[in-house]
Amino acid sequence: MKNTTQLYTVSVYTENNIGLLNRLSAIFQRRHINVESLNTSVSEIEGVSRFTIVINVTELQIKKIIGQIEKQVEVIKAYFHKDEDTIYQESCLFKIKSDLLFEDFQIQNIIKESNARIVTVNKDFFVLEKSGKRKEIELLYSELKRFGIMQFVHSGRIAVTRDELKISTLIKAFNA
Amino acid sequence: METQVLLKKKKVTQDTERITGCEAIVRCLLAEGVDVLYGYPGGAIMPVYDELFKYKDKIHHVLTRHEQGATHSAQGYARISGRVGVAIATSGPGATNLITGIADAQIDSTPMVCITGQVASHLLGSDAFQETDIVGISTPVTKWNHQITKASEIPEVMAKAFYLAKSGRPGPVLIDITKDAQLEEFDFVYEECTGVRSYNPVPKTDPNSLLRAAQLINTAKKPMVVWGQGVILSEAEEQLKTVIEKAGIPSAWTILGASAIPTSHPLNVGMVGMHGNYAPNVLTNECDVLIAIGMRFDDRVTGNLNTYAKQAKVIHFEIDPSEIDKNVRADIPVLGDAKASLTALLPMLKSNTHPDWLERFKTLYAIEFNKVIRPDIFPTKEGLTMGEVIREINVQSKGDAAIVSDVGQHQMITCRYAEFNKTKSNITSGGLGTMGFALPAAIGAKMAAPDRDVIVIAGDGGYQMTIQELGTIFQTKVPVKIVVLNNEFLGMVRQWQQLFFDKRYASTEMTNPDFVSIAKGYSISAQKVTKREELESAISEMMACKDAYFLEVCVEKEDNVFPMIPTGASVSDIRLE
Repeated sequence: MKNTTQLYTVSVYTENNIGLLNRLSAIFQRRHINVESLNTSVSEIEGVSRFTIVINVTELQIKKIIGQIEKQVEVIKAYFHKDEDTIYQESCLFKIKSDLLFEDFQIQNIIKESNARIVTVNKDFFVLEKSGKRKEIELLYSELKRFGIMQFVHSGRIAVTRDELKISTLIKAFNA
Repeated sequence: METQVLLKKKKVTQDTERITGCEAIVRCLLAEGVDVLYGYPGGAIMPVYDELFKYKDKIHHVLTRHEQGATHSAQGYARISGRVGVAIATSGPGATNLITGIADAQIDSTPMVCITGQVASHLLGSDAFQETDIVGISTPVTKWNHQITKASEIPEVMAKAFYLAKSGRPGPVLIDITKDAQLEEFDFVYEECTGVRSYNPVPKTDPNSLLRAAQLINTAKKPMVVWGQGVILSEAEEQLKTVIEKAGIPSAWTILGASAIPTSHPLNVGMVGMHGNYAPNVLTNECDVLIAIGMRFDDRVTGNLNTYAKQAKVIHFEIDPSEIDKNVRADIPVLGDAKASLTALLPMLKSNTHPDWLERFKTLYAIEFNKVIRPDIFPTKEGLTMGEVIREINVQSKGDAAIVSDVGQHQMITCRYAEFNKTKSNITSGGLGTMGFALPAAIGAKMAAPDRDVIVIAGDGGYQMTIQELGTIFQTKVPVKIVVLNNEFLGMVRQWQQLFFDKRYASTEMTNPDFVSIAKGYSISAQKVTKREELESAISEMMACKDAYFLEVCVEKEDNVFPMIPTGASVSDIRLE
């Protein structure tokens, strides 16, 4: 099994530092690993950033990559998880002509059934937001495609893990 | 600007003083105990140079002839002393010229701080004169880097730079300082950095891993140690010696581990790797327990990983967790500092000897001696060999010199045959294989250890890559001894062309200048040896010379370095011819 690749969600807690993204992306670049998705945000700890990176690699590779990520001075801790060990979501926005919303019943049904949300409507276009798994988003995209999509954008994955990540403990230990 | 919580600090200076950023930089260097730095001035770093002028009684700036030379000098300084080497350059080309040395220091874990000037902060990103994104460029080859745009950041960032460069697994740190930050006044107070929140320099050692390691070593029939530079970096030489003596373990070394234990030690069984000794390479694939200490299983050490020490249980003493299982799976990883781990291991080991196993090394050594070593160091053919030059240096230096070798055939010959009595005596570019390393590195080494003989061994190719540093030697009068083994070829590449490219010697033949005249142009005493009978007296003259000395030895043009593990072959398939 060690040679088969699968999606891993990498969660990296870091100091908020200019240039760290460059350091992290260099780790993937050197090893020819394509980043499937990347998101950076604040974390539950004040002043600590969280990177959520999705990559498709083998188990052997992911362990080495975590080692390389943690080696970076400004990385506090890095974790990797399989899909089943995380609760994850992605988000997307569709910009579609407003006429369609009023003239086509089908599109209203699609919106309803997909649990998508209308963010804004004006006389020219409306914006639809959908959060969920990649597959749900892809399904919605394929259904809306035939009506004509003016713009489409898709976010990176964000994920929380089922197990506890003990960052606060690490930080407390340093402050002690 | 970082907040208090991220760093641990120790107060060094008492009162705050209002000074400029550039003076603060020099004061930080002094606070970190820097006595010499290597560099080259230019527009964006001029304010700092102006301060260096004022402080020249306290801190010695060495003007190298190229910024690459500055980094290698700083590396040589660091490698022989264990202290942080410092290089300084201006923005743009000055900064980019540092990159080779920085990459070298990164892969060879050398503590170094590089300071670069940068255009004023309001010009950043405007393609200003001599502006280059040196922080971006140096990111993949530094342990840490940072750009300072405000003078008030200087003390904290400089303290952090030195702490990161020397702690844990050492490495190069680059600090880029904009010109306006250098000129700005601020209230200076210096506090030494003693900890960084997100950085754990020495991982905790699991006592259980030590216990398991000890049990495995105690029951091993054919244990073998391979140590690397980690032993030297953690100054664990004495601990290593005690451990291998108590447990009676034959011990081999990687190139960067050389000299940690004297060459003459009965348990020192030589060098592993591509051009290492026959016995430790072959027996890597026979030992039952392989104890790796402060080494990283480089591909030049392991050959084909699929056939490397598969029969052995592997114990890996290592400070950098990312090295565990990176190339070779460790049955028992022992994380932590080598000195502390070996100290803790010692009482758990039973006194032991493995005479039959050690005999195996001696038998294979005898085969290598007859086939390779004797013809190398006691040649009977007409032409001079590189090996006999090293042997003569051994005899006359009595093994007490620090040898700074460049990269190529002569480097392998030097590492194979140089005799070392003292640690930190083998200074060479291992991981990056940087031709041109030796001459400038020797300048730094000699300055850090003025009481030691420092001898450069270079080839005619690498020597010419940084030959301009003869100017630095001339100006500083640093008494390094330079030996160029001239075979009029880029010898290692030529050897590969002979063995693997049907002798198509593409661009490896060198038409060389008169090296003696060049040395004399810099007022460096020099001579050239072409015959065996001249060698002893020439080396004797060089060793006796109180000033810098240049010796060119014209060696056989097409000698090869053996033994050799061809790329992709197993360590036990090492070729003697």
